Amino acid sequence: MAELAIALNGINKSFGPVHANRDINLDVPRGSIHGIIGENGAGKSTLMSILYGFYQADSGEISVNGKRVSIKTPNDAIAAGIGMVHQHFMLVENFTVLENIILGAEGEPLLNKSISKARSELARLEREYGLEVDPDALIEELPVGLQQRVEILKALYRGADILILDEPTGVLTPAEADHLFRILGQLKEQGKTVILITHKLREIMAITDNVSVMRQGTMVATRRTRDTTVEELAELMVGRRVLLRVQKGESTPGDVKLSVRNLTVKDSRNVTMVDNVSFDIRAGEIVGIAGVAGNGQSELIEAIAGTRRAVSGTVTLDGKPIDVTGTVDPGELRDRGLAHVPEDRHHVGLVLAFEERENSILGYHDKPRFLNGPFLDLAVIEEDAKAKIEAYDIRPGNPHLKTANFSGGNQQKIVLAREMEQDPGVLIVGQPTRGVDVGAIEFIHKRLIAMRDAGKAVLVISVELDEIRSLSDRILVMFAGRIVGERGPEATEGELGLLMAGVEQQEAAQ
Amino acid sequence: MSAPFAKLPRWADYGLIPLVNLLVAFIVAGFVVMLVGENPFRAAMILVEGAFGRGQNIAYTLYYATNFIFTGLAVAVAFHAGLFNIGGEGQAYIAGLGVAIVALTFDRILPWYLTFPIAIVAAAGFGALWALIPAYLQAKRDSHIVITTIMFNYIAGSLMVYMLVDVIKPLGSMAPQTRTFDAGAQLPKLNWIIELFGAKIRSAPLNLSFILALIMAWLVWLLIWRTKLGYEIRTLGFSPKAARYAGISQSRIVIITMLISGALAGMMALNPTMGDQHNVSLDFVSQAGFVGIAVALMGRSHPAGIIPAAILFGALYQGGAELAFEMPNISRDMIVIIQGLVILFAGALEHMFRPSIQALFASFSPSSVGLGSAGKGSV
Repeated sequence: MAELAIALNGINKSFGPVHANRDINLDVPRGSIHGIIGENGAGKSTLMSILYGFYQADSGEISVNGKRVSIKTPNDAIAAGIGMVHQHFMLVENFTVLENIILGAEGEPLLNKSISKARSELARLEREYGLEVDPDALIEELPVGLQQRVEILKALYRGADILILDEPTGVLTPAEADHLFRILGQLKEQGKTVILITHKLREIMAITDNVSVMRQGTMVATRRTRDTTVEELAELMVGRRVLLRVQKGESTPGDVKLSVRNLTVKDSRNVTMVDNVSFDIRAGEIVGIAGVAGNGQSELIEAIAGTRRAVSGTVTLDGKPIDVTGTVDPGELRDRGLAHVPEDRHHVGLVLAFEERENSILGYHDKPRFLNGPFLDLAVIEEDAKAKIEAYDIRPGNPHLKTANFSGGNQQKIVLAREMEQDPGVLIVGQPTRGVDVGAIEFIHKRLIAMRDAGKAVLVISVELDEIRSLSDRILVMFAGRIVGERGPEATEGELGLLMAGVEQQEAAQ
Repeated sequence: MSAPFAKLPRWADYGLIPLVNLLVAFIVAGFVVMLVGENPFRAAMILVEGAFGRGQNIAYTLYYATNFIFTGLAVAVAFHAGLFNIGGEGQAYIAGLGVAIVALTFDRILPWYLTFPIAIVAAAGFGALWALIPAYLQAKRDSHIVITTIMFNYIAGSLMVYMLVDVIKPLGSMAPQTRTFDAGAQLPKLNWIIELFGAKIRSAPLNLSFILALIMAWLVWLLIWRTKLGYEIRTLGFSPKAARYAGISQSRIVIITMLISGALAGMMALNPTMGDQHNVSLDFVSQAGFVGIAVALMGRSHPAGIIPAAILFGALYQGGAELAFEMPNISRDMIVIIQGLVILFAGALEHMFRPSIQALFASFSPSSVGLGSAGKGSV
């Protein structure tokens, strides 16, 4: 048995009546890559927050490299040689790489000494781990993959021996993710220990040595990765068998429902985000738009759904134009049978401070059936909300509960229930399962397929390539605001990945 | 795990925390009283006695509270739409012009019960109109409503000086105010209600506007939590992006909300003019518009919180006046300091004691905190 880098013993943590971590034991051998998987709310983040000193356990012991330690703050964790790379980067955008690296470890009032020390140290780390990055580049000018590398360097610069990565691949292209995995492999070879938190089973299989599964606050199993399967892990996570890939029949496309021609959209900084895009969606098909986040997919669906004004181009719905460059109003589009599940359910699709029943009418609150003169007909609204809770298995099934208190998957179901139950002709869905657990993903995918089979036109954008491939009848790939290719659902991940990275386009240009 | 802090039970959230804040404000105020060489306990006694000691005092307290209910509601309604209406002062002041026009026109022709509804409409209308300009500038020109409403307070002040000194003042009078209203523009007093409880009242200004304020509080509750418009106002207030997504016109809601807010602030003008002084005089609003901000903050923008908060500030006004009278070392300005401390601790530092109270609760009874109480629909 190898020496243990981390040993957690009997960790308990409660938030009020919620037992977020219950008697957790975890052994991570030195020089290994250890995966931790579990659904949202399973307690992974709480456990890592305890290890990194954001929270303190109610009871239990933490040992690092065989020595019992007490970790009260992140500084204690850093001192114990633990580094963390957060899902959302903690970088100052308008600082250089070097300035970010020394942030919090500046040492003296005058920076020149620590900067030059950091520069030489950085060069060493780059040599050792293959972590090349220009130390004088501004963070905001770096692609996401490199920003993440800076986060890793930050942790290593502080002497981290044990690196915790929280959902590191959510923002990366497949190629960037592969590169990250190579780096992690190198770190492991140099004797570092890596803890990888993710919900992507494929990644677990690809790079970890051991994997621990959490469910409802408990550690349900730890397996050697080579002795387990994706199916087994999924079952351990959810507690029942799940279909990882939705079953669906052939699509039978009908008439064109939504037609986009030469659409161009700029963002608030006046940068062109969608560049002369054209496509059609027919009744009875799901069209998926693949792309790395930030390549214009968001702006595209916002423009079509009327929450962002386009600069030029036309969009027609059932043959009649939508005034996308002028006075388009999402309310009017709803009346015309276009429903929209926005990417950002926290700020756009829901009002988190509202009761569930109030959110179940957002956007449809002016429909006569919910109203009684100027008053909301609360009895009808509540009945309607209860019916949706029933049909979509939204939990907890309390229409008076504040929406912020639902889990991500259930929040998404609230939005989906609201939009799908209006029986729209066209459904636009942004990131249908972002932050949603495996069990709910299966449910949401089935619902989307059912919409298609009922003859609706469905447009899906997602940064999860697996999701796009398993749902779509046709896949459009967006890169730098343009549609750079169309493929069928049989397209391989590698092929789509290259398109998403803009490779084909660049080659064509040369 | 997005909830590192446990939640408190409802009664602690709405009762205990404001009470602790208030207590701390009074303790600090006590030190200030000691600083000028008076006994803080005697001062506190005088203040409470002065506010609630006799029927007379209670009537005065409720009279001041009437002003603050109106202006507190005005701030609260705007706040639900995410707008910070600092202009209640000016809106109420300009509304006095509306009251003056109605009162001076009808006080010798109509009985009070016919003049009153017309005056309500005029006060609300003038207040709303004064709020309309900043609202329009915010909705269409993106001028920040905090800045514009503050500026409009000064414009209102100057305009009213001009109107009272040069236009409305009766010829030959020295005072910058309207002539005294006749019986047709004098609201009935409500002192008899307090006398029902056995207290004796010589004269106090509590009048029918108090009932109007309570009705308005109920209507505001109805508007915000029971109507489609209220739903749209709250959606915009919580998330402008969600409002856009839901097809709610931001500029429309901004303008309508500010009209309602201005109208509520405007109705405040009825209380001191038709209810008490029976004229419209210079500076009759006397900071009630600003106190309304504190009242709305303390009352959590909910009518059920605004009414007690308004009574608290009414008590501070009334009890403070008595205190200044009884203790020569304590001037009128000291009372303002005490009010300021209440605003500081109950409004600005509202959450200062929350973590320690939460820790206290968690250590005594872990089951009383946490998501369990959220299931009952607490905020």
